Amino acid sequence: MSAVTPRAMGQALDRLEGADKVRGLAPYAFEHPVPHPAYLSAVRSTVATGEIVGIDCSQASAQPGVLAVLTHLNAPRLGTDDGELRILQSGDVAFRGQFVGGVIAETSEIARHAAGLVRVEYRERPHDVDLESSRERGQLRVPQQTMALFPMDIDKGDVDSALASAAVQVDCTYRTAWYNHNPLEPHTTIARWTSDGLTLHVSTQHPRGVQTTVATAFRLEPDQVRVFSPHVGGAFGSKGPRHSDVILAVMAAQLVPDRPVRFALTRHEMFTQTGYRTPTIQRVRLGADTDGRLTAVSHESIEQTSRLKEFAEHATRATPTVYATPHLRTRQQLAALDLPTPVIMRAPGECPGMYALESAMDELAIACGLDPVELRLRNEPDTHPLDGLPFSSRNLSACLREGARRFGWESRDPTPRARRRDGWLVGTGMAATTYPTLRLPGSKVTIRVTPDGRHTVLMAAVDIGTGTRTALTQVAADALRVDLAQVELRLGDTAYPPAAPEGGSAGITSWGATICEGADELRRRLAADHGGTVPAEGLEVTVDMPENPHLKQYAMHAFGAQFAEVRVREETGEIRVPRQLGVYAVGRVVNPKTARSQLIGGMTMGLSMALHEASLLDPRYGHVVNHDLATYHVSSNADVGTVEAYWIEEDDPYVNPMGTKGIGEIGIVGAAAAIANAVHHATGVRIRELPITLDKLLPYA
Amino acid sequence: MRPFRYERATDPSSAVALLARSPQAAFLGGGTNLVDLMKLDVARPELLVDVRGVTSRAIEELPDGGVRIGAGVSNSDLAADPLIRRRYPVVAQAVLTGASTQLRNLATVGGNLLQRTRCVYFQDVSTACNKREPGAGCSAIEGHNRDLAILGVSPDCIATHPSDLAVALAAMDAMVRTIGPDGSRTIPLTELHRLPGSEPQHDNVLTHGELITAVDLPPLAFAGRSYYRKIRDRASYAFALVSVAAAIDLADGQVRDVRIALGGVAHKPWRATRAEDLLRGGPATEDRLRRAAEAELADAQPQADNAFKIPLARNAIVRTVLDLVEVAR
Repeated sequence: MSAVTPRAMGQALDRLEGADKVRGLAPYAFEHPVPHPAYLSAVRSTVATGEIVGIDCSQASAQPGVLAVLTHLNAPRLGTDDGELRILQSGDVAFRGQFVGGVIAETSEIARHAAGLVRVEYRERPHDVDLESSRERGQLRVPQQTMALFPMDIDKGDVDSALASAAVQVDCTYRTAWYNHNPLEPHTTIARWTSDGLTLHVSTQHPRGVQTTVATAFRLEPDQVRVFSPHVGGAFGSKGPRHSDVILAVMAAQLVPDRPVRFALTRHEMFTQTGYRTPTIQRVRLGADTDGRLTAVSHESIEQTSRLKEFAEHATRATPTVYATPHLRTRQQLAALDLPTPVIMRAPGECPGMYALESAMDELAIACGLDPVELRLRNEPDTHPLDGLPFSSRNLSACLREGARRFGWESRDPTPRARRRDGWLVGTGMAATTYPTLRLPGSKVTIRVTPDGRHTVLMAAVDIGTGTRTALTQVAADALRVDLAQVELRLGDTAYPPAAPEGGSAGITSWGATICEGADELRRRLAADHGGTVPAEGLEVTVDMPENPHLKQYAMHAFGAQFAEVRVREETGEIRVPRQLGVYAVGRVVNPKTARSQLIGGMTMGLSMALHEASLLDPRYGHVVNHDLATYHVSSNADVGTVEAYWIEEDDPYVNPMGTKGIGEIGIVGAAAAIANAVHHATGVRIRELPITLDKLLPYA
Repeated sequence: MRPFRYERATDPSSAVALLARSPQAAFLGGGTNLVDLMKLDVARPELLVDVRGVTSRAIEELPDGGVRIGAGVSNSDLAADPLIRRRYPVVAQAVLTGASTQLRNLATVGGNLLQRTRCVYFQDVSTACNKREPGAGCSAIEGHNRDLAILGVSPDCIATHPSDLAVALAAMDAMVRTIGPDGSRTIPLTELHRLPGSEPQHDNVLTHGELITAVDLPPLAFAGRSYYRKIRDRASYAFALVSVAAAIDLADGQVRDVRIALGGVAHKPWRATRAEDLLRGGPATEDRLRRAAEAELADAQPQADNAFKIPLARNAIVRTVLDLVEVAR
């Protein structure tokens, strides 16, 4: 692995497709022009669990413009065993809102109207959707290692003894809410069957994944399925794993041969069909000596999954990495409920987990009479606390110090509820943040060069709106040692070599490392076979993502420090966050402009998590009642104050040839804890359940 | 969304006549609420009669010093109107705390007053709701009711009226002018909306086919110093948990007159007459304000999730009026 010399990398560039997006010339999946499209609207179950005992499509079918009605009675048998995707395979209903049919019509309006005319009769069964009562009844299980990038259950040393004998102890339980991703662009598909197979336009984080999933489900060869995904309007993880919307669209298209079928989920459906972040109940126990040095850490998380498929949010994933401790335990437990299946959402695991851990660390700092920044500095490990590996680079201390300096932390009086300004209580808080430097397998790249020096780079990666297309072009230019203008990067088409999913903040790392390998291979081939000159017919290489020989030698993680100022109106409990500041150590920053957007976007999403977002489940019905953007509150512009993101220079020669660590997720991690800690500093009240809404502060005001 | 017919009325009386002939017809103003409800299958009109061209879009000064606001005036134009901002700042402020710029550009004054509750169960036809389907039951009473009413509730409905504008207008003793199948009439704004009782399906006292043509603001000298305070779960684009519209007339430190109306607490904009009566004739001290607010809220019947609205409304009343008193000094 040879390091790439940065020339294009490090430049703050506008998105290459930015002008097209502003002009509406960059088509998203649903907008792709297709001849004579038909439209699909879904029929959803109105019971949480049960069985369909009657279904009457006559009124729907009779509507002028209706082309076909899809139910479990005429749906094809699927070749997948993925419980979430196995829709319309029987009359069974596994959660309220599950797809039980669909109407295909000449217009989306007709389809939607007719979908409402499909009469479905159910034999209802009692349902169980309540995480808290599952916990009380002891109906929890240990998850399989569904996100087994790291072990979920960890035992190091003797935690119980160490906790019992610790001079200072913290034992608190924190709760995070149910969150829905709500990217601006809904999940959309255009499906068209032809004699050759299937063509799909899908809003996805993983075109290759859609290709293989659909091929398996519909018993096709992968090369019979072509997936286009040139532009994606946000995802946050909800478009990573496949959901049943793609399956329904492909089923629908089978019923209307030669007609492309367009399907866009409604915002309402986005709350049931596309996954969500599970609520968590996390107990954190910390033991420390009187100097604040941790002697024991215990972090247990309880979450939910569905009965269809297991997904475990690995909320304790970051815990072994952050602080030195001789005794450590992590646990996850799951309740399987009659609900939709949760899924990855921006920093799955780290986001809820670090809220709990970093809230507990704030409580420990107070218990020890220590400054929270100093407490964290005192618990810096020399090597990875679990496996003893050296860090490829670790600059949490530098981020803490730089953040404290920029934020003006030094002058902070730790006394809670001691500052008032114009009727507002003022406080500040901080938290550490971390995210692993991941690389996801499964990427290849093809690079072509022509005698005019132009390079074409092909891979079925995607840009979900983050700026990947631009940053990856910068990587490619430097890897190929040419100017940006000589590189054309083509993404979002399964005709190109497969690429790992967009996720885990690993896009640039995985895809970029593959491109670097391709560039090396191109140079080798040019030198070995062509005397260093591009032949007239051009030259093409295709390579796999290379192994990283350092993976087993180093622990690879990004770190950072989050700071926040909070104001709480004393008489009403209203909360404002005038300032957030983060300092990050994330390796090389490829494009400072789009990277900053990712970091401040993550911090803003953390603000939204701290104060606003919560999907409210009604256990009687079994569904989220606030299933629109008027009632599911995401922070508005007026809620967002000054958001500053900085990074320190960090040269990491081990992570990959670019020296990148990933920047898509770390900004949300710890952001909610910094705000919750600031709320405590402002008010003296510790709210251990998100979101922190004014009613939780009001009784104390 | 069900198929529907659309007609554009040419004048108010023909609009009324069109509606009167069709029991399943509805007037269309800006459509910012009605069209949403049609998409959700909550509203199922067979005929929409577009009244945007027939109701006045003018804001005019009346001979008595009051102001007449045409029902077709957009929320944006109302909030920007110099006369309104000068004489009734509480009205402009209330409008600007609601919705978003895009919605305010479309929404009309008449439509604003007739918007429907945002109770999540009312807006979801797969759940039981007495307002949508009389006799079906109320899902909110045992469900998520943090946003809902604490005053004037009934065993059948705890919905709140969502309008900010209506709260300000209630404080100003606005009069609503209508034309209907039985002719024209004028209704005090405080009597336009009703409490749910056993008929929560009726938000207001208008009859089918009755069209709001204008809202009159009577002259009120001390309204020049008035204020709308809205407390909500985020800083913008959210409905009120509690809001307060207030104006005060002080003479020699004594309350000569005071107007207080509350939003987010009831099925209608809640004019706090009990608090007003207690305040008149004495000094506007924090203690008196607090006692007046507590008296106003004494009959509150909170649900499991919304008892916080009682101290919140009390504190909001006290602070809003105290701030006005401060400015007056």
